[in-house]
Amino acid sequence: MRISVQREPFDLGAEADSFARGATDMGAVVTFTGVVRDAPGGGLRAMEIEHYPGMTEKAIRTIAEEAQARWSLGDVLVIHRYGSLVPGERIMMVATAAPHRKDAFEAAEYLMDYLKSRAPFWKKEIGAGEAGWVAAKDEDEAALDRW
Amino acid sequence: MEVLYFAWVRERIGLPRETVETGAETVRQLIDELRSREARYEAAFADLSALRVALDQELSDFDATLSGVREVAFFPPMTGG
Repeated sequence: MRISVQREPFDLGAEADSFARGATDMGAVVTFTGVVRDAPGGGLRAMEIEHYPGMTEKAIRTIAEEAQARWSLGDVLVIHRYGSLVPGERIMMVATAAPHRKDAFEAAEYLMDYLKSRAPFWKKEIGAGEAGWVAAKDEDEAALDRW
Repeated sequence: MEVLYFAWVRERIGLPRETVETGAETVRQLIDELRSREARYEAAFADLSALRVALDQELSDFDATLSGVREVAFFPPMTGG
């Protein structure tokens, strides 16, 4: 398991290439990448991501350990950035490796659902003249119920 | 104890963290103490349904005891991913 909370960009290709490499019993690798989405019609200048150093790493580790307990996973990777990002930049990625694809897909979805609502990150959208904190969505909280 | 604020809670109160001397036994009592201090605290804690609390970096709730707790953090619902 590897968890990285970082300001710097990450190399998606290199991360995907090296993840679970050589684990010949892992028949399925799923990767998900989160990207800063522009406002409808454009206008988003930046997305500022704040986090709670210390708690963030612990919370992600707890989520990843729960995923490992629920599914047969060979490896888990979570990279999540903070700081100021622009539309099109990659915010985060998760990768899961499992013997079969169902476990890899489900575990990746589980990680994403919990990272959204249980990892201490907050997003602020900076527009041309205004700025505002992104509100948590009820549907994101409800998404946890299915697990 | 150390009290930390994040996102708009930090902005409303105007600082990211502070050391608070308190005899509060629960999170709710600590909030009541802070609210009675100044308008900016009252503004930050006006709607508890919009807030979450972590005790020593674990999510908790407003009725939890502060016994033995070193670090309390207040923040809005998280928006990771």
